[in-house]
Amino acid sequence: MAIASFAESGADLQLTGITKRFPGFTAIEELDLTIPAGSFFALLGPSGCGKTTTLRLVAGLEEPTAGQILIGGKDVTSTKPFQRPVNTVFQSYALFPHMTILENVAFGLRRRKLGDPVGKAHEALKLVELDHLASRRPAQLSGGQQQRVALARAIVNRPALLLLDEPLGALDLKLRRQMQLELKTIQTEVGLTFLHVTHDQEEAMTMADTVAVMNKGKIEQMGAPEELYELPRTAFVANFLGQSNLFTGEVVASGPDHIAVDVAGVPIVVPRTRAQRHAGEIAIGVRPEKVSLLTSAPLPESGRNVLGPGRVTDVSFSGVSTQYLVDVPGVGELVVFAQNMVFGPVVQVGASVWISWNADHGFGLDDDPGVVPRFVPDASTESIAIQRRIALEEELEQA
Amino acid sequence: MKFGKGLGLGIYTVLALLFLLIPIAYTFVFSFNDAGKLNIAWQGFTFDKWLTVCSTAGLCEAFGNSILVGLVSTVLATALGTLIAIALVRYRFRARSSISLLLFLPMATPEVVLGAGLAAQFLTLGTEKGLLTIILAHTMFCISFVVVTVKARVASLDPALEEAGRDLYGSPGQVFWRITFPLLMPGIAAAALLSFALSFDDFIITNFNSGSVDTFPKFIYIAAARGIPAQVNVIASAVFLLAIVLVIVVQVSRAARAKRLARQLG
Repeated sequence: MAIASFAESGADLQLTGITKRFPGFTAIEELDLTIPAGSFFALLGPSGCGKTTTLRLVAGLEEPTAGQILIGGKDVTSTKPFQRPVNTVFQSYALFPHMTILENVAFGLRRRKLGDPVGKAHEALKLVELDHLASRRPAQLSGGQQQRVALARAIVNRPALLLLDEPLGALDLKLRRQMQLELKTIQTEVGLTFLHVTHDQEEAMTMADTVAVMNKGKIEQMGAPEELYELPRTAFVANFLGQSNLFTGEVVASGPDHIAVDVAGVPIVVPRTRAQRHAGEIAIGVRPEKVSLLTSAPLPESGRNVLGPGRVTDVSFSGVSTQYLVDVPGVGELVVFAQNMVFGPVVQVGASVWISWNADHGFGLDDDPGVVPRFVPDASTESIAIQRRIALEEELEQA
Repeated sequence: MKFGKGLGLGIYTVLALLFLLIPIAYTFVFSFNDAGKLNIAWQGFTFDKWLTVCSTAGLCEAFGNSILVGLVSTVLATALGTLIAIALVRYRFRARSSISLLLFLPMATPEVVLGAGLAAQFLTLGTEKGLLTIILAHTMFCISFVVVTVKARVASLDPALEEAGRDLYGSPGQVFWRITFPLLMPGIAAAALLSFALSFDDFIITNFNSGSVDTFPKFIYIAAARGIPAQVNVIASAVFLLAIVLVIVVQVSRAARAKRLARQLG
């Protein structure tokens, strides 16, 4: 059974109760996921979180241990990859090295015996602006060009669902930005459903309508990028999508709009609607760029949380902003991002500072406070400046 | 000092090459010897032996048998060996590593032992010895070499390529013939050439399992007892020349292709 026609538009994808076990470990546990037709959906998570396995299950390259996969309402769980209206852009591009670019793109059309494969392949190559290279071999193309051919080879089939497996991972930063824009434009143009798997939070946030953050075979949180960033529900999301300052403490006051949490003797106020838990010991947090750094103790003001005084332990300048690490006794080290409104950092290491933020900007997490990691030491979540500094320090130590 | 070192290396190289090439040159030169029954001393130059190659009783028949056995066992061994190689690299199954190891055994076992063992088997089964038994024997020992050669190629093949084929609506058969097979082709061709050379060359195992059928090596061995006719040199030289021509053609066409690709790029 081959799919004999082009999909008119994207179809929705539904996963129900998907579990995938490999010998020795479970990659995905009871996953439920619905991706509406025509959307750009990103599955975001660290390596080994099960996101690529999910993609391979949808493509049919792996069989689920349990659960159902529905594409456009049709159960495709037991069908083979070549019977599914799905195409994949592979991480390694997987262009056929023994065929010309044109034949690579026409491959899917020829297998389905659709009319005018060559004409349609040329059209798809025009879409990615590579038609002039149609007679070349993949090895004669640059990485970025190969990436675009891989994309053309997939979308020429007008799949109901296009799967992208970290397709931009092998490109350098500048090319990646450019391809991100192109991908987004093409998705809007052709109106297909895109399922994009990535570990790059920035990529997921700039491109996708909806992002699902995955961790250990489960979806931690799903939503629009702004929503995920501004209101993370778990510590994992709070730290995987950007950085967060997290605190734990007992709820000491509970009002109709706000709750207050005791953090090292200071009541920290969080809006009730932005907190997942409202009683007992809970974990709360605030994003580093929402926090301001003050060189003198501020006057108490309702609606603002203040911690301090603390000592600046580190200053890293990264152009647009400066990242400060502030050690507050009893609380620990906090991160503050400050826009560089003046030239250079405003305070130096060792300075005594207070930090303060609008109480409406805090959030309360759903995790058990006992297991909340204050700062996940994952390289990809650290700012570029910090990464550079760590690399430099390691180099110096070795020298 | 430097000059002397370079000279020593040059002399050594020439000597080594001479040592390697003298038997071939001898064979080639003596295919033009105007010899009678014995082709040992130089009697004078003639083209006769090249023109009357098949006049020696049984020689061309033996040569034909060798070609036939070589071709059939190469096709069988290459087909089976390629499938085994793919299975060993691509799939995880019980006893995979022991099978891998067992496949090395025919290569490690002395040919005499293999030949004698097979002969005993055929005797027990009551199989009449002839072309069929030679082909079976050759296929058996060639498979190991094919598996080893093709396995290396399969291992270097990105599995994502086959997955991409399946993803792009290729049925398992189409994926094999349009993606896997063309990409394995260099390895398969090398394995086939090796198989043919091994089969064409084989004397020991053949001698045990051929019955009354002669192959080219067996013919020479038997003829050696009463003097090898110069026609044997003719066939040997012809095979050698054919191989050389093949190599040259492949090299030249490869160079031409590389040039064309480079021009396209530039």
